[in-house]
Amino acid sequence: MITPSTRTGPRRARALVAVMTAASLITACADADPNRDGAQRAAAGPFSPAPQDPSSEITVWVDATRTAAVEAYREAHPEVKIKAVTYSGGANGSTELRTKVELFNRTGEGWPDVVWPNVQDLAWATTGATPFAAPLDTLVDRSVLDGYVKGALDQCTVGGKVYCLRNDLAQNVLWYNKKLMDQFGYQVPTTWEQWQQLGLRVGREHPGYLVGEVGSPTTPHIYFWGSQCPASVLTGDKTVTVDLRDPTCTRMAQLLDPLLSAGALGTRNKWDTGFIKEQAAKILMMPGPAWYGQALFNAGYHTPQGEIAAAAPLKFAADAETWTGAVGGGMWFISSHSRNLKAAVDFATWVTTDPGYTATAATYPAYGPAATGWLAAQQASGYYANDIGPVLQQAAPRIWTKWAVSTLYSQEAIYAATMVPALSSGKSVSSQMDVWQQAIVNKATALGYKVN
Amino acid sequence: MVATGTPQARVGASRPGIRAAKPRGRRVGSGRVGYLFVAGYTILLLLFGVAPVAYALWLSVTNSSGQLVGLGNFTRVFADYRFGPVFAHIGLYLVLWLISLMVLVVTLALMLHGRLKRTSAVVRFLCYLPGAFAGASSVLIWLILLDPVASPIGPVLRAVGWSSAAQVVAPENLPVIFMIIAFWTGAGSWIVIMYGALNGIPHEVIEAARIDGAGALQIALRIQLPMLRKWIAYMLILAFAGGAQLFVEPQLVGTASFGQVPDDWSPNQLSYQYAFVAADFNGAAAIAVVLLVLSLGCAAAAVFKAGLFERGHS
Repeated sequence: MITPSTRTGPRRARALVAVMTAASLITACADADPNRDGAQRAAAGPFSPAPQDPSSEITVWVDATRTAAVEAYREAHPEVKIKAVTYSGGANGSTELRTKVELFNRTGEGWPDVVWPNVQDLAWATTGATPFAAPLDTLVDRSVLDGYVKGALDQCTVGGKVYCLRNDLAQNVLWYNKKLMDQFGYQVPTTWEQWQQLGLRVGREHPGYLVGEVGSPTTPHIYFWGSQCPASVLTGDKTVTVDLRDPTCTRMAQLLDPLLSAGALGTRNKWDTGFIKEQAAKILMMPGPAWYGQALFNAGYHTPQGEIAAAAPLKFAADAETWTGAVGGGMWFISSHSRNLKAAVDFATWVTTDPGYTATAATYPAYGPAATGWLAAQQASGYYANDIGPVLQQAAPRIWTKWAVSTLYSQEAIYAATMVPALSSGKSVSSQMDVWQQAIVNKATALGYKVN
Repeated sequence: MVATGTPQARVGASRPGIRAAKPRGRRVGSGRVGYLFVAGYTILLLLFGVAPVAYALWLSVTNSSGQLVGLGNFTRVFADYRFGPVFAHIGLYLVLWLISLMVLVVTLALMLHGRLKRTSAVVRFLCYLPGAFAGASSVLIWLILLDPVASPIGPVLRAVGWSSAAQVVAPENLPVIFMIIAFWTGAGSWIVIMYGALNGIPHEVIEAARIDGAGALQIALRIQLPMLRKWIAYMLILAFAGGAQLFVEPQLVGTASFGQVPDDWSPNQLSYQYAFVAADFNGAAAIAVVLLVLSLGCAAAAVFKAGLFERGHS
């Protein structure tokens, strides 16, 4: 096998590889940085729609939950040709939509007309010279756009143009167990400070009962967003401010730590099997989004009817106004490549504004007039111990809009991977703020953001 | 095939005269048939093995506009703050996984072959069973096993001091957890293969050793282990290549633990992050090439150390 003639083969190959490597190094003058265009990319130019065909079928990409929306629309509009495609919907930070759209951009066809994206998709779909999402200012009536709750479309607005229609809002309020509160003789707090004091009392008087939990990825969206902490303030397409040393951040960390020591704050994820089995029945209070009522307490914990009530979002005593955070809240994109914009816009408008349909939806409608019907339906369910309507309506326009969820990275993922393991091993929130800050900065920088 | 490969190679090599005596024409003919047999594999290898590797190599030295950038992508991913940690994670995992595989698989195969002969068919089947599940579903079983509240081994986990799933999947436990999952899903098939290799050792060799007074341990250490050397090397090469590409385990455990396992725990996940979160296929390709070089390097070391391709002696 091994003969002199075959021995020279590898040598030649080696020499060839060396020459080629050297050549590629010499010719390598181009920049390898994927963000070589710089942080300031070209702003979106004027929108030029694809040639329109009003009779063409529209394709709607939805997650499993939203297939009901397409069904309802189809029933109400039997004349419209509409095709539903179920996809991940960007669940768990899936980048399926972006991956597919990039492939479609290469092949020049295949884009869906309407999409139910995840919030990270806003970062790429609304920016660049020709954004994937169509600007809706001229496509949707001004009167309709004005009907969405104040601030709801802020997250959709880039460079003064509206790129998505908000489906629902997830404004945080203070959920509490009225039966337990009455039984223990506690007053419902209105400020974070009162909430902390009550939590410390709970730790002493009723150990094991909880006034909240910090073991879920959504914790920053509840506590730190509500505290108006600049953990993620977008100042441009690709520039972001991250400052967890700001007093608005440290005040929340210092508020939480004594409660952690007192055992009044849970460190397990609220959906964790162990939490549901051992701690869900001991929730006295829980700051959280509008959907907690039905999705968490009713469906998740099976808390009996007539116990759960909602109170206004907590505020800091020193703050003049109440601001709150949000956990979720979906939206619809209309593709700028759609060949039937009229039908696509009609679909997205209908599912977010139609009084009949939105009243039956699972989450709080972002369209102001639709909220009334939804709240009436919620109240009619008889599940709540008080009238949650005024509380939720009051909180809806109070979502602090500077906290940007529309970044390529997810704050939830960063918190889950850095803070949750630390807290569950007994560390304090304050001791981890620098680690958390660094984790956000690292992630943002790695994805091409300029952090200041 | 597995059982007869080793002795045939040895027998053929130890009697060179027989080979040389074969008629030349027949060898050419059988060679042609041989080409036919390998053709299917070769075509698929070229299409789905070599071509993607070539494409990855090309991507790794260019940028998104197709311009050559030399080693720019490599220096960029080397400078990434996640690059060190992902390789530290995977390195620790590989050490644990390869050692456990080598020691436990060989020991279990030797025990099955020697001591547990009567029950070995059943035990072999039981060992193999977890491997028969699809990869992802066997990981899902572990998601339940690792939750102290839902797990049948919950009391054990609690005794160690873990009362919640979050404490079990703490960052420092992850390499061991992934090693256990990988061992449980992958070791069974290797035990079966090693068992087959042990069957391939001629009975007369063992018999001769026994007559010379060797006990079970001596036979294992001095006869069986040296003769299994190539099989162990073969196992290590494949296990290293597979282990270095760890993806499903951290991804699924991450999802199930609500994101507690970072989405960039292993190099393959980091490559995925580059490709599908940052839309940076060139950076992703650079990481893939690094993995390729590492796997090839380790494979080469194992091949030469164990003499995997030497046919003369074993």
